[in-house]
Amino acid sequence: MTTRELEVPATAPPSGPVATILGPFLPVDRPEPRTPTGFYTDTTICIGCKACEVACKQWNQLPSDGMHWSGDSYDNTESLSATSWRHVKFIEQFASAGTQGPSRWLMMSDVCKHCTAAPCQHACPTGAIIYNEFSNVYIQPDICNGCAYCIAACPFGVITRSNLDGHAHKCTLCYDRQRDGLVPACAKACPTASIQFGPIDELRDRARRRVEELKSRGTSSAYLYGDAPTENYSNLHSFYLLVDRPSTYGLPESPFNPWLRMRGDYLRSLFGGLAGIVVLLIVWTLRMP
Amino acid sequence: MPGLGASFGRGAATNTQQDFINSDCILIMGSNMAEAHPVGFRWPMKAKERGATLIHVDPRYSRTSAHCDLFVGIRTGSDIAFLGGLINYVLTHERWFKEYVLAYTNASVLIEQGYKDTEDLDGLFSGFNRESRSYDASEGHWGYEGSPGDRPDDAEETREAAGRGGQGIHGYGLMGGAISHGQPRSEMTAAPAGEPPRDPTLKHPRCVMQILRRHFARYTPETVARVCGCSAEEFTRVAELLCENSGRDRTSMIVYAVGWTQHTTGVQMIRAASILQLLLGNIGRPGGGIMAMRGHSSIQGSSDVPTLYDLLPGYLPQPAADPGHDTLDGYIEHEGLPTGYWVHFRKFVVSLLKAYYGEAAQPENDFRYDWLPRIDGDYSQLLTFERMSRGEMTGYLVLGQNPAGGGPNAGLHRAGLRQLDWLVVVDWFPTETATFWKNDPDAPTPDQIKTEVFLIPAASSPEKEGTLTNTQRLLQWHSKALDPPDDCRSDAWFVYNLGKRLRALYSGSTDPKDQPLLNLTWDYDHKSPQRLPDGTLSRIEGEPDIDRILREINGRKLDEIDPRTGRPRLLSGFSELKDDGSTDSGCWLYGGVYPEPERNRAADRKVNPGQGIQPDWGFAWPDNRRIMYNRASADPEGRPWSDRKKLIWWDEAQQRWVGHDEPDFEPEKPPGYRPAPDAEGMEAIAGDEPFIMKPDGVAWLFAPGAIKDGPLPAHYEPVESPVGNRLYPDVAHSPTVRLLRGPLNPLADTPTPEFPVVAFTFRLTEHYLSGPMSRFNGWLNELQPEMFVELSPELAEERGIEHGGWLTVRSPRGRIEARAMVTRRIRPLLVEGRTVHQIGLPFHWGYAGASVGGNANDLTSVLADPNVSMHEAKTFTCQVEPGRLAGPVARPTVPPTAWPDTRPIPETPTASQPEGKFVRSEPPQ
Repeated sequence: MTTRELEVPATAPPSGPVATILGPFLPVDRPEPRTPTGFYTDTTICIGCKACEVACKQWNQLPSDGMHWSGDSYDNTESLSATSWRHVKFIEQFASAGTQGPSRWLMMSDVCKHCTAAPCQHACPTGAIIYNEFSNVYIQPDICNGCAYCIAACPFGVITRSNLDGHAHKCTLCYDRQRDGLVPACAKACPTASIQFGPIDELRDRARRRVEELKSRGTSSAYLYGDAPTENYSNLHSFYLLVDRPSTYGLPESPFNPWLRMRGDYLRSLFGGLAGIVVLLIVWTLRMP
Repeated sequence: MPGLGASFGRGAATNTQQDFINSDCILIMGSNMAEAHPVGFRWPMKAKERGATLIHVDPRYSRTSAHCDLFVGIRTGSDIAFLGGLINYVLTHERWFKEYVLAYTNASVLIEQGYKDTEDLDGLFSGFNRESRSYDASEGHWGYEGSPGDRPDDAEETREAAGRGGQGIHGYGLMGGAISHGQPRSEMTAAPAGEPPRDPTLKHPRCVMQILRRHFARYTPETVARVCGCSAEEFTRVAELLCENSGRDRTSMIVYAVGWTQHTTGVQMIRAASILQLLLGNIGRPGGGIMAMRGHSSIQGSSDVPTLYDLLPGYLPQPAADPGHDTLDGYIEHEGLPTGYWVHFRKFVVSLLKAYYGEAAQPENDFRYDWLPRIDGDYSQLLTFERMSRGEMTGYLVLGQNPAGGGPNAGLHRAGLRQLDWLVVVDWFPTETATFWKNDPDAPTPDQIKTEVFLIPAASSPEKEGTLTNTQRLLQWHSKALDPPDDCRSDAWFVYNLGKRLRALYSGSTDPKDQPLLNLTWDYDHKSPQRLPDGTLSRIEGEPDIDRILREINGRKLDEIDPRTGRPRLLSGFSELKDDGSTDSGCWLYGGVYPEPERNRAADRKVNPGQGIQPDWGFAWPDNRRIMYNRASADPEGRPWSDRKKLIWWDEAQQRWVGHDEPDFEPEKPPGYRPAPDAEGMEAIAGDEPFIMKPDGVAWLFAPGAIKDGPLPAHYEPVESPVGNRLYPDVAHSPTVRLLRGPLNPLADTPTPEFPVVAFTFRLTEHYLSGPMSRFNGWLNELQPEMFVELSPELAEERGIEHGGWLTVRSPRGRIEARAMVTRRIRPLLVEGRTVHQIGLPFHWGYAGASVGGNANDLTSVLADPNVSMHEAKTFTCQVEPGRLAGPVARPTVPPTAWPDTRPIPETPTASQPEGKFVRSEPPQ
């Protein structure tokens, strides 16, 4: 079977026994940067059909996570994980009988946010996590050593480590399909176009127009999550149109990039350590006869 | 389907799903479209994005309700009360579309003097026979004044054959005309002088409009609220939205599915919706109409080229064992109609017989009409299983169906299967039906079951080619991508080769009864070996050539050879059919799908972005008309009702109908055309009569005889109901329903304290029907892994049931266990001043597969409505208790598939293998 993706490397990879050993240390041509791409998920038209979950698992040949009835509305896969890269959330908001209040059932297809400045990428000690030519965050499982730093770093709880192979896995934004000029499997399968894929700038424009339109029709609570950077976090290459607080959807109200605390943390540890030494020295000096 | 057929002339969805985007208001009722038709639901969502209002009226707050602007919760089975209320609202507030109703419906027609309404007879129409529990339309004087059926009560001359009428024969067979009760179909509508008497002022007490006003007067908002369990304000809001969004400049659409049809009054629910849409002027117009969302793949196709017991292809009734049907002429006289499009009945029948019997069918032998089997009773699915359970059948073939899991009162279906000598199941997986003898936890041990079961492995859709005809009557061709594995074969292969072997078995026989089989056209072999898309030859031997079958369905001019092919020339459409045996056609309705060699229009795939009508994507019957009755999109003079809603119009310069769709009308008949008094056929249809399948060219608000349980819809309670009938206290449930009560099918006397809870079944997106196609798949099972029941916190508290715990549901037919999904999406209703609890059961589980569980259909009942022998699985009564069932429970019959395929994709480098296939060893179990 020939696929266009085989043509992507500009030069043939070196072969032979020496190259096999030295290969990983030899420089290779980086692919040319392409137009940054991403997802725009309009939760107001998500019908909770989970076609995205199934399409993702089928295309990427991910295992079923087993059969566990959660009782949490219609959500039985419960979270994103190394084996579930798309996850549809169901939020039932119904006032108790006889009282006035909201009655709505929110649905949202969650996925890796593909942050422009990704804490997981910063945290990865092996270089397994990279930004690929589409500016998507991609884990190279064969380089991942399973240290799990990325899991702690991700403020969205996207990444987990598979107990099948000990490596971290997450949405690749269908890197393989994109290289073949195809739309990612979830966006392709979405029947209502709640999940939209495309050049990220175009998506942002489209999403902002949609918010204006919704507001003009009376949905004043509509807003975009992650389309623009905040003081503490970069923008996301997978952003959402929401109609309730982020925490309702299980998203952090204001995500914080741990990297921003890094200088202070280093300084604090340095000065803390130094202060400790000074204290020890003083104690030791005082105890000297 | 007879609901739509009787009202408009054709029993199919009037518009296309793409046309949703042209709608201003969409009422979804009796359908859970987002969950059951998620792909089609794209279009209502697009309409919503364009500003349309979406309304959901349903017993359960579902994923559909979540996306509608307004949700109104009602009691299951109370739909006619709600729709009747809407009709009454439109009439009393004078919100009906006057020009449309006057011109395009039978509102002004006078009905026979002897007709008595439910208003006069306390809930019954005239013509009811208490002994046979059926109506006789002519006895009840449902006909038009002056029609041949209009005679005084003492004239008995032609009534002798009517006794059998009303019970089952020819249920689906109704496209257009009145039903055959022994008399000709035209009996009730044709007036001797052509046009029936009318009162255009609509003042005459016997005109349809006045009958309608009287009939629906008692459906007030307050009554609706009391019967349905919603509030009068919610009801009024729905009525206002529909009225605001209908008229010259706006259109509303109604969507239904099996939430309407699976009731004893289902046909009348659809009739009520038809009346409402006609009064609002929404039929035949873009963004209007009634969308019948079909339940599974190609189900529309299987009534067009029917797998139904009482129909021949193209909605021709199966001849009955009835003196009137003895000869071809008699059959045509009884079933054809002298006016309207059915005047071509003889062409359709003769061309079908030519397709069936080829050279053997000749004018001098009536084209072998005598070879067609005659029906003498109700052989519908439910009645057949009822007979089977009484041991009256020996063998059964099941293709693409799972009656042991999905049949209503599935326990009765399994009891029936245990009575058989042999059973053949053709399927992908060992389904409930294929394994009833060993896996049914309620059954005797296998050594006590005599049935010999053969499971034949079937091919899946990418492994075969053919057409699918779905909701919008659209034939779409799908190609074969690869050969099926091992011994799996397509259903067509199975049927074709079965036929071949049967013919070989009887070859040389001179017995007259074997001649139909031996003379049947049965040569569908591939002329050259079938090629797969990758260029290799198919390894399957004996696969029939589906392309040839489609050409036969399309029809041919037998006396004209096409020089391009050396074979008879293909017909360009059904208008070319002849009644002298010089044409053949396997289904006249599909005429034009294959108009020329190499031009299979079902395979057309051209898209014009942003348009509601996509004429070059697939082929829609009839004649690629996407919106049926579209002559009604223009006013009587042929001008569009408004610029915003224009579809087709009369072009004075070209002297023909032009526009965005194929006209569903004679293309060159001017709006001003008036028929001569004695005109027949299409000449009898005036230039402003859009419903060409109807003998009088107009849609029927009042159905003179086409429906077996009354000319107008009336609210009757479900057979199992928690309350009596408030609207007609003397008649609890539909008077014409067949109860089929028996030891295997006990019914609750209602209302009864033993079964106080109302139950309904529903469908989840994650599973498909009774589950054979989804419960063997790990990716789907993880999404909905267990049977559950949805109930309100109030009922849960009353019964001591905890969310996530177990509960048992008991009906007169059986009991099942399930997990409790306690949710505020289900609300107790205030019906007749007291609280009624409803529970919802998904019907996807059974005892075969990787995910097994309680089968909701073990609780449902077998009943038969008079028109289509439909059951009432959408509503029954039950009792709910906490805890699990005692006794054996189903165990998974196959191990869970961690993921279906761990083999690397061949000839693909490691780097290009699927990303997630990170473990190349066998997955842990």
